[in-house]
Amino acid sequence: MLCIFCPHCGEYREEEEFSARGQAHIKRPEDPEACSDEEWGNYMFFRKNPKGLHHELWVHSAGCGKFFNMTRDTVSYEIKETYKIGEQPSVVAAEK
Amino acid sequence: MQKYSAFELFKNSVSHHENWPRMWENPVPKKKYDIIIIGGGGHGLATAYYLAKEHGITNIAVLEKGHLGSGNICRNTTIVRSNYLWDESAHLYEHAMKLWEGLSQDLNYNVMFSQRGVYHLCHTLQDIRDNERLTYANRLNGVDNEMVDAEQLQREIPLLDCSDKTRFPILGASVQRRAGNARHDAVAWGYARGAAMRGVDLIQNCEVTDMVIENNTIVGVKTKQHGVIKADRVGCVTAGHSGVMAKMAGFELPVESHPLQALVSEPIKPVLDTVVMSNHVHGYMSQSNKGDLVIGAGIDSYLGYGQRGSYSIIEHTVQAIVEMFPEVSRVRMNRQWGGIVDTTPDACPIISATPVKGLFFNCGWGTGGFKATPGSGHVFAATLAQGKAHELAEPFSIERFHNGALIDEHGAAAVAH
Ligand SMILES: Cc1cc2nc3c(=O)[nH]c(=O)nc-3n(C[C@H](O)[C@H](O)[C@H](O)COP(=O)(O)OP(=O)(O)OC[C@H]3O[C@@H](n4cnc5c(N)ncnc54)[C@H](O)[C@@H]3O)c2cc1C
Ligand SMILES: [Zn+2]
Repeated sequence: MLCIFCPHCGEYREEEEFSARGQAHIKRPEDPEACSDEEWGNYMFFRKNPKGLHHELWVHSAGCGKFFNMTRDTVSYEIKETYKIGEQPSVVAAEK
Repeated sequence: MQKYSAFELFKNSVSHHENWPRMWENPVPKKKYDIIIIGGGGHGLATAYYLAKEHGITNIAVLEKGHLGSGNICRNTTIVRSNYLWDESAHLYEHAMKLWEGLSQDLNYNVMFSQRGVYHLCHTLQDIRDNERLTYANRLNGVDNEMVDAEQLQREIPLLDCSDKTRFPILGASVQRRAGNARHDAVAWGYARGAAMRGVDLIQNCEVTDMVIENNTIVGVKTKQHGVIKADRVGCVTAGHSGVMAKMAGFELPVESHPLQALVSEPIKPVLDTVVMSNHVHGYMSQSNKGDLVIGAGIDSYLGYGQRGSYSIIEHTVQAIVEMFPEVSRVRMNRQWGGIVDTTPDACPIISATPVKGLFFNCGWGTGGFKATPGSGHVFAATLAQGKAHELAEPFSIERFHNGALIDEHGAAAVAH
């Protein structure tokens, strides 16, 4: 069971109060009409799937209801940090 | 290699079954193969088998990082069915179903395929409408499927609580009677033996760590244990690790890897002779030939490569099972485990050429690829042999995520399996 720190509530709560919502920091194209099929498809369907550090979006669904981001290791499941939407992660994977 | 028969069984019983020959050897890999298959799971082994048997290509190696069948093939809950909604998937899964129906004979290996039926329960009017639609769509595609009402369902499955006293009363179900399950290990071993018999090298403990690509064409793979092994074509069939493999080849796949869990109870006397699944309360159960109740549900919602999941998921799964089968509430659970499944945005697999010439991927089967094992191997073998997609595989190209021709199976893919 993950024990997750909600940056809005400022408290640790059990995983069951939260829902994972996939990759974080996805930017909608500025001008969707100008996108090629490939750019639009990449935005819609292609997600990072790292074996290791991952930045993902979570929502405190059975708590404050607010979204936030998490940096987590997808192998050990260790949570490195949680941070608010709009903030940048402080733990990042070294580019290989 | 030895053909299995009643006579052989008798003959070997005389020596207390101590002299059966090995089913495959552990060869040292050659420097170069016509085709390399990465991943010794069900789909990879089936691909090798059909390449050798139907296309006469035997200079093949299957490279497996652990032992054969150490991935999802031997972790899954073995549900086999073909009642998918859309034409493309119904054709693909029905192709597999037809192969299942003759598989034990074809492999000369008993995969214990048992067509005991699979029920999809309906708890709401919308469930009934969706399942009726599915039933009609299936029949138009020549796939059997029928509706049964609650009364008949209760007669067919006494263990199931079809009363109106439950939180989500059961209104009826659709049932595919040709569906059922099979013994997963036997499927892996049967294909492995069949492939090895025809000259395929099965290389275990051989992890692929990189792809060797020249002029945008695959020329081989780099392995941890045996260095570079060359090949004209490479088929990657690594299920949960497909995203990692694609990255080695320099492109991205629209797959995400999630933990999927299952659990089995202690063995008990026969209580359930079919497979029951419910999307609504979210769980499914069958009983193995050994007597254990085989239970599963949905994926953990986060990405994970840990081959284990969260306890909260198990708790929900068991709640669903007790809702459907209150009588088993005090049966003790024996084991619980997880696998890594590669899910796609439309819950359909990817069987496809890639941006790298000569490199093909067969992945994205997510939570429901066991049922497709023979079909997947069969069409992927043809794809690798011809260097272009088999007719049934064509709609499952990666291109669909750019041209928009998705095959949305979220409804029929169901609780998952
Ligand atoms: C708990 C659970 C229940 C399931 N229930 C069902 C069900 O009821 N019905 C159904 O139809 N499906 C079910 N599935 C899904 C099904 O198991 C999979 O879709 C299917 O097994 C995937 O294909 P595979 O057998 O080839 O995968 P795997 O057996 O996972 O094969 C992939 C292989 O690739 C190897 N590999 C990975 N990386 C490398 C590398 N770098 N080098 C070399 N080898 C590598 C792995 O070790 C592995 O052996 C379930 C899955 C799980 C986890
Ligand atoms: Zn909160």
